[in-house]
Amino acid sequence: MSSIHVSTTVNGDEVEFLCDPRETLLDVLRDRLGLTGAKEGCGTGDCGACSVTVDDRLVCSCLMLGAEAEGKSINTVEGIADGEKLHPLQEKFIEYAALQCGICTPGILVATKSLLEKHPDPTESQVRYWLAGNLCRCTGYDKIIRAVMDTAADMRKAS
Amino acid sequence: MRYHSPESFDDAVALARDADGITRFLAGGTDVLVQLRTETVIPDVMIDIKRITGVHDITREDGGWRIGVAVTGAEMSEHAELQNEWPGLVEAMDLIGSTQVQGRATLVGNLCNGSPAADSVPAMIAAGIELSITGPDGTRREKTENIPTGPGKTSLEKGELVTAVHVPARGDNAGDAYLRFIPRTEMDIAVVGCAVSLRREGNKITEARVSLGAVAPTALLVEDAAQAIIGTELDDAALDALGAAASAACNPIDDKRGTIKFRTHVAAVLAKRAAKIAYDRAGADK
Repeated sequence: MSSIHVSTTVNGDEVEFLCDPRETLLDVLRDRLGLTGAKEGCGTGDCGACSVTVDDRLVCSCLMLGAEAEGKSINTVEGIADGEKLHPLQEKFIEYAALQCGICTPGILVATKSLLEKHPDPTESQVRYWLAGNLCRCTGYDKIIRAVMDTAADMRKAS
Repeated sequence: MRYHSPESFDDAVALARDADGITRFLAGGTDVLVQLRTETVIPDVMIDIKRITGVHDITREDGGWRIGVAVTGAEMSEHAELQNEWPGLVEAMDLIGSTQVQGRATLVGNLCNGSPAADSVPAMIAAGIELSITGPDGTRREKTENIPTGPGKTSLEKGELVTAVHVPARGDNAGDAYLRFIPRTEMDIAVVGCAVSLRREGNKITEARVSLGAVAPTALLVEDAAQAIIGTELDDAALDALGAAASAACNPIDDKRGTIKFRTHVAAVLAKRAAKIAYDRAGADK
């Protein structure tokens, strides 16, 4: 089985890799590029732990082949902080303790960053529906939702 | 598995025609990659159609719309004009999966996956949508209701693929709606789905199409249900006749999501509710 050569951009950096046709983008990110922020919870697009953006569109990286990344711009949780400076969402998630085991957290951060870019002033219902595909078995979601709502309010004040 | 990303439909057809073994076309991949991951279907040849010119576009065509075969649910929901003219079609597509799935899933993928419970398919049937299908012998047009032939099966022949979605002109005083029953609020598969599209003259319904999902091996176009409301003002007698016709059309299975009795009952409830929404939309100022 011959490998496929792919050129793409990940978190602003140009990246090249060789992958098997059956490898998903999630496999490539974790096993070939060493970006282990995105997690495999289910592998079938139900849990959202592997969320990334592709050309600014929120997707499950387990539901996309690595080969499809050719020429795309991919952003993962590793690109959210600016060096040592955390993104406001990350600060708020710590402040609110909006995580316990942490498996779902990278996906939820990527998903909520994408939400706030499209909807800077979301309602609570909007946040809950947006995150319907990000499963968390620890928190009961309440702290996550409050952290997102508070971040949105802070970011609106700052802009 | 071999992966191809052709730049024209002709190349895609040639690849599929000449392929040995199991071939899958890859649009959003939200079913194809799940089947690959769970080893339900491991294709020998995967043909990614997203590099073909025009497949990401929603454009005007004959007063209606031409929707590219790789247009995602999210792109449909963000298209204000399409949403304004065909709210039922857009809401049916939007009900599928999560935000992440909406970023990838497509109408044609939902159709060709062949699930009897596919949410967008009843809405496509009610809307009178036709598909362009291109194969080794050229291109033909087919009505949506003629594509699925059973669970996981379609009428497409080897080497054929859907190359465009044709949404008819909406015209005046018309509206559509889609409702489904699921036991939770999000992220579930329809136990019953129902789409209604109709046109009014004043308060009287002059045209209607009613389609049911998840109550038979394929989504159904229910002519008797449409006839029950055409010529009426959707009064209680018409609604009862509509519900009875919807239930009568059901040929469901018992499974973990719903019983035959429940599905047959809910089909009537949803048909009445969807008809009322479509009726109100048809009467509203656009």
